[in-house]
Formats: sequence, C-alpha cells, structure tokens
Amino acid sequence: MVVGVLALQGSFNEHIAALKRLGVKGVEVRKPEQLLNVSSLIIPGGESTTMAKLAELHNLFPALREFVQMGKPVWGTCAGLIFLANKATGQKTGGQELVGGLDCTVHRNFFGSQIQSFETELPIPQVVAKEGGPPCFRAVFIRAPAILDVGPDVEVLADIPVSAIAIQKEEDSTESGKKVIVAVKQGNLLATAFHPELTADTRWHSYFLKMVPEIEVGASAIISTSTTTQSFGGRPIIDFPIYQ
Amino acid sequence: MAGSGVVTVYGNGALTETTKQSPFSVKVGLAQMLRGGVIMDVVNAEQARIAEEAGACAVMALERVPADIRAQGGVARMSDPQLIKEIKRAVTIPVMAKARIGHFVEAQILEAIGIDYVDESEVLTLADDENHINKHNFRIPFVCGCRNLGEALRRIREGAAMIRTKGEAGTGNIIEAVRHVRSVMGDIRVLRNMDDDEVFTFAKKIQAPYDLVMQTKQLGRLPVVHFAAGGVATPADAALMMQLGCDGVFVGSGIFKSGDPAKRGRAIVQAVTHYSDPQLLAEISCGIGEAMVGINLDDKVERCAGDMSVLFVPIYGGEFGFVDQIYNQFSTVKMSARCVNFLYPGYASLHARRLLTGLEQWHVANLCRNDFVA
Repeated sequence: MVVGVLALQGSFNEHIAALKRLGVKGVEVRKPEQLLNVSSLIIPGGESTTMAKLAELHNLFPALREFVQMGKPVWGTCAGLIFLANKATGQKTGGQELVGGLDCTVHRNFFGSQIQSFETELPIPQVVAKEGGPPCFRAVFIRAPAILDVGPDVEVLADIPVSAIAIQKEEDSTESGKKVIVAVKQGNLLATAFHPELTADTRWHSYFLKMVPEIEVGASAIISTSTTTQSFGGRPIIDFPIYQ
Repeated sequence: MAGSGVVTVYGNGALTETTKQSPFSVKVGLAQMLRGGVIMDVVNAEQARIAEEAGACAVMALERVPADIRAQGGVARMSDPQLIKEIKRAVTIPVMAKARIGHFVEAQILEAIGIDYVDESEVLTLADDENHINKHNFRIPFVCGCRNLGEALRRIREGAAMIRTKGEAGTGNIIEAVRHVRSVMGDIRVLRNMDDDEVFTFAKKIQAPYDLVMQTKQLGRLPVVHFAAGGVATPADAALMMQLGCDGVFVGSGIFKSGDPAKRGRAIVQAVTHYSDPQLLAEISCGIGEAMVGINLDDKVERCAGDMSVLFVPIYGGEFGFVDQIYNQFSTVKMSARCVNFLYPGYASLHARRLLTGLEQWHVANLCRNDFVA
C-alpha cells in the first residue's frame, strides 16, 4: 500500500516519517500524474495560500478534485483541511482555490496568530474505539483553522470548547460555552485542524490507513525518482524529534 | 514538560510553563509548517501582498532590505510597529520581524504586536555584542542565524526554534551561504559517525552544549528547522540550498531588488518545491527578468567607480592583522568614499568586531572626505 503525501510545501516529511513508523511507504506527490500511483492521499499542514498557489501553477486542482470524487481516501491536516472544505472564510484578499468535497465551513487562522497557538489533550472517542490507547490525544494547534459548521453527512470526531483557549478575537468573545469542531470524517475524507504528524502518537495515521481498502498492494512500484523516500543525492530523510 | 520539547529546560524559571500556550513543541511546530517554503523580506504592505501572491510561506517585515542597509549604512533597527501592523493586516500568511541581536525590548515589543516569529538578526546593527536574547523568556518563537554547528546549537540552547544560515546578506552572492550550509551539514555528518567517547571533546571544540550535540548526533540533523539565507537571488540558488539539505530559504534583497519581483518570487517558490527536478527548474528559470545586480565581495578591498564611492572591506576570521591595517589606514588617511561598508561582523573575531564597531561609528560620523586608495 502506498500513501501519497502532497509535497508542495509544509510538513510532508513529518507525515512520511509517521507512516514509516507504521511500516507504510509514503511517497511525495508534486505532479498530477503522480496521483495515479497512490491509493490514498494526505494533504499536510503548511501554508494553505502557498500550497494553493503551487497547486494552481502545476495544474493540480483538477487532478485533486477527481481524486476526491473517485472516493479515494484523503486526509487533510490543518492547511489540508482548508483545501478539502467546500467553503473557507478568513482568506487572503482575492480568496484562494479549494479542492472541496468536505461539506463544511472552515475559518482560517481561527485562533489568531502564532502566539495563540497551543496544544491540548483532546478527547477522541471514535478514534479510541477503533485504535485503543489513552482516551485523549495530544493535539498541537498551530495557527489552526476551525470548522464552524458541518453538513448532515459529516461525522464530528473531535471538538474543543472555545472557552478553553483564551481567544483574543473581538467577534467571538460572546458565547463562552460554544464549541468548535476540529476533526471530522465524511465518507472517505478525513480532516483535522491540528497536527497529528508532530506527535509520536500514530493513532490518527493508522485510523486513516484503515480507511484505505486493502487492494492495490504494489500497484505503484513505478514511481518517478523524485518521489522516493531518499531525498536528493541519496541522503536519507531524517526527521525531527517527535514530541512524546 | 519532561521529554516533550527539544530543549530540556535547565533548572526552574528559565521557562515559565504556567499556560499550555507556546511550549517548545508549538514554537518549533510553526517552523515545521514553513518547511519547503520561501520567506521573503518585505518593507511595506504592498510588497507583502506581492510576496503572498507569489506563494511565500511567510514574510519578514523590516525597515530596509539588506542590500539597502549595506548601501546606505547607518544604524539598522527594528521596523516601525505601525508598519508591521499594516503588513500583518495585509496578509494571512505568518509575519516575521527582525530585532537587533541582544535587544530583548525590541523583541518584547514585537511579541506585544502579535508577530508570528522574531528574527534576532545580524543584518540589523548589533545591540549587544556579547549576549543574545534569552529566548526562553518569550512565548513567540525566534529564528537565529548561524555560520557553523556550534553557533547553531548555542542559539538553540538560548531558545531559538528555527535556525537560518547567515550567508552574506544583501550581496546576491551565494558563496557564503554555501560555505555555511556546507559547514553545518559537514559537521553533522562527521558527528553522526563519531565515537560516543569523542563527542565530549567535539562539544568543547565547537563550543556547544553537550546534550544538544548528542541530540544532533542521534537525529543526524539540527533539532530544529534549518533554512538558508543570504545571497539567494535566482531559482537555481534556492534549489542549490535545498539540495544541500536545507528545509527552506529566506530571500531578502533578491526579490524586490530585481526587475520583476512577482515573477522572480514565484519562480523561487517553485524552485524550492521542485528542487530536485532540473527540467522544471530550467523551465521556471526562463525569462524571469533581471536579477539583482549584487556585489562581489571577493576582492579584499573593492571600490566602485565614480561618485558611488562605495568601499567594501571583507574581513575574514583570524585576519586580525588585516583589520588592524585597515583601521590604521582609516585613522591616518582621510578618504573620499562617501560610504564605507563592511562585511557583517560575523567573520571577524570579537577583537576585530570591536574595531569594526568603532570604524562604523567613525564612518557614520562622516569623516570620509579625502582620497583613499586601497
């Protein structure tokens, strides 16, 4: 089974490292044709504006939309969540192109700037039911988006009370008991506003892998050289310390 | 926090973990999100928008780009908070800003504005030539410059959550950046194969904290995100930095000092993403307009012709004699150079650096009148 990781910009190395820990090969996807070789796709965290720009320049959006419509599993973390959403608010002037498919409204940089980034112990009952482990997950939110509302087909996997974080946003200071959604699943689409790839806990990754039908093993033996797990010059990819 | 961050905080109090906000993992996390991206220097909101449109993953707000600091001289400081706020309003990508080395009050101001990252930068004029900012005291992450592994690890110990190799700012010449990246990467490669018993001495030699040296050995890379900076002017330069093993690049003067900033910015962003694809690199390098002219610092003393009269004095580490010589010449011979620029004091030893600071002050005093031929 080969999982593609959209490698335009952002934390794609971290995702590949996390997959490696689960014994799954992750390949970097940079061009539309490389999508044909993967059974599922992770859209990593990063700057969604940057990633959208690059995807636009290399004509990736039609291929990505097709990939989503084919019902292949796709997981977006943070910037990837913004990509998958049907509607995004708080965008840059002029907006940005989205892949869409996930029936929800996402607010970019919901929690504010980097100084409001935080981590929290997040209860994830549905994932725990499948994957076991402790009831909470160490979720790292970095300039994170949040899901404001979801359509009827969308299953909410995790939410956090807004009051848990000191939000310095003028317009949102009203209801303190309000919750925002931070992880959802809709059919074969998974999306999280936080970064499971930054922690040692691989439950989200294995949860995602179980969404991939167990076929096509070895179907993608031929992948262009730029997508091997070795980076240029044969230097093995070494990745960051993972926060336990 | 035990075991959760890269920097294990020594003692109590260096880092106050009263809230869950911004522990080291969150600080490093943002830098990890910037990987594979380009961070562009901008001086106003309009440039920031161009940078965002070009696909920059962050912008760096500063009052003048390094090439101008170099050309105009004078004291370079933190930019006007008003300007930073405007830039912050103009774009949705992270906004960084530079603070002078050791100037922790500038950093406090930047934190109060709600900037995403502070660059404790040697491109600005030094505020403290002995101490850097104790970056553990801040909730915002810092990026710091380095020329070698020892310096990088010292900065990380001080709390830097991201490292950039210095290169030579404002020249458009990549040679120093290559030298520094090679130095850091080379030392890491040496370290990886080193006998554990020898690491203590190695740590002493490079003057870095032992535990971070050991962590670097285990990881086989710097424990924080490592960008390249200084002299990146073309897509090829950017891809070179990536192939040498960096996580991304900073581009300062290279973009907004060139003929077509939007086009060049976009090309450099693409080059960083597709750094290992020569065909694509060739494609994106085509017809992107004039590159910044740049300066070649290769000659020890170079003087531009005409009334520009710009004098550059590169001072490489260890060459105290040369520094003294230049210093003496300056003190005895008056000169016509309207503007004297020095390489950033990085190369010089502390001794030389002090001389340099004196000289720079002297130069600011505008004593440059008579003829001086190097």
